[in-house]
Amino acid sequence: MSHQPSAISHVEGRGLPLRGDDIDTDRIMPARFLRAVSFEGLERHLFEDDRAADPQHPFNDRRYEGASIVIVNANFGCGSSREHAPQGLSRFGIRAVVGESFSEIFQGNAAMLGMPCFAVDRDAAAKLQALVEAAPDTAIAADVAAGRITAGGLAIEASLPPPLRDAFLSGQWNPTAMLLDRFDDVRAVAARLPYIRGF
Amino acid sequence: MADTLFQKVWNAHAVRTLPSGQTQLFVGLHLVHEVTTPQAFDMLRQHGWRVAFPERTFATVDHIVPTSTQQRPFLDVMAEEMTAALERNCRDAGINLWAPDSEDQGIVHVIGPELGLTQPAMTIACGDSHTSTHGALGAVAFGIGTSQVRDVLASQCLALDPLKVRRIEVDGRLGRGVYAKDVILTIIRRLGVQGGVGYAYEYGGATIDAMSIDERMTICNMSIEGGARIGYINPDETTFAFLRGRRYAPKGDAFDRAVKWWRGMASDAGAPYDDRVAFDAAAIEPTVTWGINPGQSVAVSEPIAADPHDEALAFMGFRPGARVAGTRIDVAFIGSCTNGRLSDLEEAARVVRGRRVAPHVKALIVPGSQAVRRAAEARGLHETFIDAGFEWRGAGCSMCLGMNTDRLEGRQVSASSSNRNFKGRQGSPTGRTLLMSPAMVAAAAIAGEVVDVREMLDPVPA
Repeated sequence: MSHQPSAISHVEGRGLPLRGDDIDTDRIMPARFLRAVSFEGLERHLFEDDRAADPQHPFNDRRYEGASIVIVNANFGCGSSREHAPQGLSRFGIRAVVGESFSEIFQGNAAMLGMPCFAVDRDAAAKLQALVEAAPDTAIAADVAAGRITAGGLAIEASLPPPLRDAFLSGQWNPTAMLLDRFDDVRAVAARLPYIRGF
Repeated sequence: MADTLFQKVWNAHAVRTLPSGQTQLFVGLHLVHEVTTPQAFDMLRQHGWRVAFPERTFATVDHIVPTSTQQRPFLDVMAEEMTAALERNCRDAGINLWAPDSEDQGIVHVIGPELGLTQPAMTIACGDSHTSTHGALGAVAFGIGTSQVRDVLASQCLALDPLKVRRIEVDGRLGRGVYAKDVILTIIRRLGVQGGVGYAYEYGGATIDAMSIDERMTICNMSIEGGARIGYINPDETTFAFLRGRRYAPKGDAFDRAVKWWRGMASDAGAPYDDRVAFDAAAIEPTVTWGINPGQSVAVSEPIAADPHDEALAFMGFRPGARVAGTRIDVAFIGSCTNGRLSDLEEAARVVRGRRVAPHVKALIVPGSQAVRRAAEARGLHETFIDAGFEWRGAGCSMCLGMNTDRLEGRQVSASSSNRNFKGRQGSPTGRTLLMSPAMVAAAAIAGEVVDVREMLDPVPA
């Protein structure tokens, strides 16, 4: 029936530093690209307006080509719940985001796509960005179970909300099959709710 | 044991604890629109899943629908394709859809309460972050992404973690010319755009108690702008009076039983909160945003206090210490799920009556639903607006977000009654959005620049 996704225990790759707090989902994926019935091709429109305004934008920078880990600051992914934002990142080739903090909705949407958002402290995020800017080829390793990111000489404590961490490790980060597993229990709850019964 | 409404609703809807440790939560009402669902329905088809509870699922078209003319097929080819996709998906699944040719179409967060679908102590999900709006009726309502829409369609459930609850008390009397919009902008300014991450916001206090449901919806709508996915107000007599007689509300004896249950689900006195903050309503002034996130706001007459190097200042064209009052506007937009209801239009009409839109301003009024539009026309509000030089539109999300034909162009500045001022939000990458109450937008439209609406309101009779 459903394709059972596999466990995600670590993410490895090169980094892409994206500086700035409060980068919202309207910037990650402008609204006009939500006018579509499928997610295909979204990777072409990632940060489209920011990149047009700034030729030096990290997503335009050839030094970071092939990077799979974006390094951000505070409140990344705030604003609209549009899944098109993490879909664009994922289809672009991003496999994890590391930063000071994330919007809850964004973090949850990204998890649904198998993309962990690791929280690190403010200074660590800035240090990691600086490291990657200085040496773009640095190999970064993010360990889901250990809650640690290593890069160059840095070893940084990184956390995921425990339920998401467990979901990645157990391969259950795409929960639909799990939610359908005991459907009788769902019907039982529905039957008990007064407004479903019509009072 | 004393519990908050959030806790009671959570307990009533929890199906089980999942292997991941998250809670499987039943969704009592699933609201659907055309932007965040086509891929979800496709995923269902790919896996051979059916919609589990079509009778608890209701759909409308709002984000991409044109508001100038809603004749089908839309000239906007993509809007037509997305609407047609939703029509097909709803027909196949047996889901009730209010499409543009229906009298009940409108912004999903306007029609839910309007039709009595939104009720206290329900869990409500929708693929849109402003789902928090429905918390105004005492529901636990939150936005979800497309993959979660898939989960709700397939199982009527979500895998979620519980939130902490922050009690936000607002007491005192709002001044003349100060509205619910100013209150929520003030709350977000103080608590910050991420202050609510991990929290549900419970709003209460004398000021909130005195508010109508429309005003409560404005407050709860922008909870997400403060980082709080869920925002709610305990149901009370105002809530029950609002619901009585609405199409999907219980009737007769069932209504009385419902009121009893709803009362019981409200937060108990002595319920534990993870945090409490208090606001003095009398200290709140007409508020406008000056920056590029909804937390960057200031009283209309107060100087902007920001780091001179803040990119937001440069983008918006303000200097530190400047006042937003006096800023010339190009566009005035009254509408959106935040402030597109009848009472919002009435507040705007009060300012507009007998006056004219400044010649350089493009001004539009977009009722939040076709029902709001009809009610406004029955009171002659449309004549007030049209005579003043506003465009009077059909129902939809319109210029809140750049997803349909209503957009800013170039560096235009808009005075807007919507909820987000992010860069590019209103459809132009260099467009600039100033958020404010509908009365303040009306005042700016007349003056051609941002002004203190209190100068334009009749004095209160002695």
